[in-house]
Amino acid sequence: MLDLYRPGTSPLHSLSPGPKILVMMAAGTALFLVESLPLVLGALLLTLALYRLAGLTLGDALVQLRPLAPIFVIFLALQYWLSGPVLAAFVVLRLAALILLASLVTLTTRASDMIDTITRALALLRPLGVNPAKVGLAISLALRFIPVLGQITTDVREAQKTRGLERSVIATALPVAIRTLKMADDIADAIEARGYDPRA
Amino acid sequence: MDTRSIVYIALFAALTAALGLVPPISFAGLALPPITAQSLGVMLAGAIAGARRGGLAMLLFVALVAIGLPLLSGGRGGFGIFAGASGGFVVAWPICAAVIGWLVGRAETSPLRLAVAIAIGGILVMYAIGIPWMAVVAKLPLSKAVMIMLAYVPGDLVKVAIAVIVTRGIRRAYPAL
Amino acid sequence: MIEIETVRLAYGDRTVLHDISLSLTERRIGIIGANGSGKSSFARLLNGLVLPSSGSVRIDGLDTRAKGKEVRRKVGFVFQNPDNQIVFPTVAEDLAFGMKNLRLPKDEIARKTDAILARYDLSDLRDHPAHLLSGGQKQLLAISGVLVMDPAYLVLDEPTTLLDLRNTRRIAAALEALAQTVILATHDLDLLEGFDRVLVFDEGRIVADDTPAAALPFYVERMA
Repeated sequence: MLDLYRPGTSPLHSLSPGPKILVMMAAGTALFLVESLPLVLGALLLTLALYRLAGLTLGDALVQLRPLAPIFVIFLALQYWLSGPVLAAFVVLRLAALILLASLVTLTTRASDMIDTITRALALLRPLGVNPAKVGLAISLALRFIPVLGQITTDVREAQKTRGLERSVIATALPVAIRTLKMADDIADAIEARGYDPRA
Repeated sequence: MDTRSIVYIALFAALTAALGLVPPISFAGLALPPITAQSLGVMLAGAIAGARRGGLAMLLFVALVAIGLPLLSGGRGGFGIFAGASGGFVVAWPICAAVIGWLVGRAETSPLRLAVAIAIGGILVMYAIGIPWMAVVAKLPLSKAVMIMLAYVPGDLVKVAIAVIVTRGIRRAYPAL
Repeated sequence: MIEIETVRLAYGDRTVLHDISLSLTERRIGIIGANGSGKSSFARLLNGLVLPSSGSVRIDGLDTRAKGKEVRRKVGFVFQNPDNQIVFPTVAEDLAFGMKNLRLPKDEIARKTDAILARYDLSDLRDHPAHLLSGGQKQLLAISGVLVMDPAYLVLDEPTTLLDLRNTRRIAAALEALAQTVILATHDLDLLEGFDRVLVFDEGRIVADDTPAAALPFYVERMA
């Protein structure tokens, strides 16, 4: 499946997703409550040590931060100008630590294991009218149709390109949305034809 | 919930992921993150699938991003998104789609009212959640965070216009919807 | 046996099938007709995906209106576009979907999955993402997903329209080998060679009901 998982055998990989997520959330919250630069720096180094433990390199960690590079620069500049170098460093380092920590969970957990954990956790919400089986079906359908719609989007963009419309978002979005709705009826029929009972 | 609604929820989540493949438009070089077509998916989910199905479709999308699928524009995903500066905008998506769906369900047909409904949910509500989030994460005063986001308003208005055109196009193709 | 009694089907004020009565007992039945002739709607009537506006459809005595669930168990349905029929991300997961709906035990699901994958030469693709399969493999997977539910009847709505010649032949060979009753709506007249009976639809009516040797030339002439 398309996910960001990096296979491995480290203790972090073998830890089950539930506890991993809870620890990450607790640590993330704690990071927000502390206001000291040394502590945040310590947390960042600790997180990087955990990357080593998971068999990941410093390069892997940097890749996680790269998409946010522009926003880091803006924040650094703004904070430097507003409140000086210490707070600027603090904000950017805290942001980096939070993102690296959260990404670590993603890198060491298979998406399918995460889905299993979520569907099991959803059973707790049954009294609120949540039906875990239906949520499971919706998740599977979305995973099935993301590549299909991705392909349709690519096809439509190619078709529009030959007409010189490749930069037109409307010329892409409208046909893709119409194809999506057309598919929806067929898929619903197919699901019921295969014995799915929405009342079960 | 009937089978068709479950399919709609899954398909609008998938559609939003697919719109992440439309190349983003960089408007300020490297200074600001580029504009993506993806929030168009939020507007369409609300305006076409309705409040409940659209909101749940976006909740599903956000959950899939959270568990580590690289579905956000540029192949981003995972919990790290929520810790980041734009995390609030993504978290807002289910609420935005639900608000749009609710308003569109009440407003109906005229393009102007449709545009207002989509703008309220897709810009006002999204910024109301995303900007304070950014201010907290970056320890910025709220006013500065608002300033940064002002750069995105023109792009978002264009998206509202596109969402109106697409929604009306679909209503003509699928009058029964 | 499939019994269709004075069936009329209308969407709003548009009638798509007019007063059709017949019973189907043959093992290989073809349905042909131009686009919009009503053959797709007719196929959908047979497993209760569409219910008649008036009249009744009975499968081995079970009315599609009253016994929808049992009918769907008996009558498997294969759609034109396998991309809309395969609903799970990987091959094995998709095969399991119908069997889970039948509440089959886990070991039986695993056993039947292995058997059908071996039968259609798909064993290597067990955990393969469905979207990476070829068109022919996708349609074989769609058919397999229905066959593992052990239907007594298999209705197929233009299953080869999106396929090339080689894959069309693969599907034809697969259908030929089936023990089930096969009801095939198609534009590909070659597929109906060796069939027992062919129904020709035009504007919502059956205009010919005969052996392929008689019905196919009639249809070709009518379309000319």
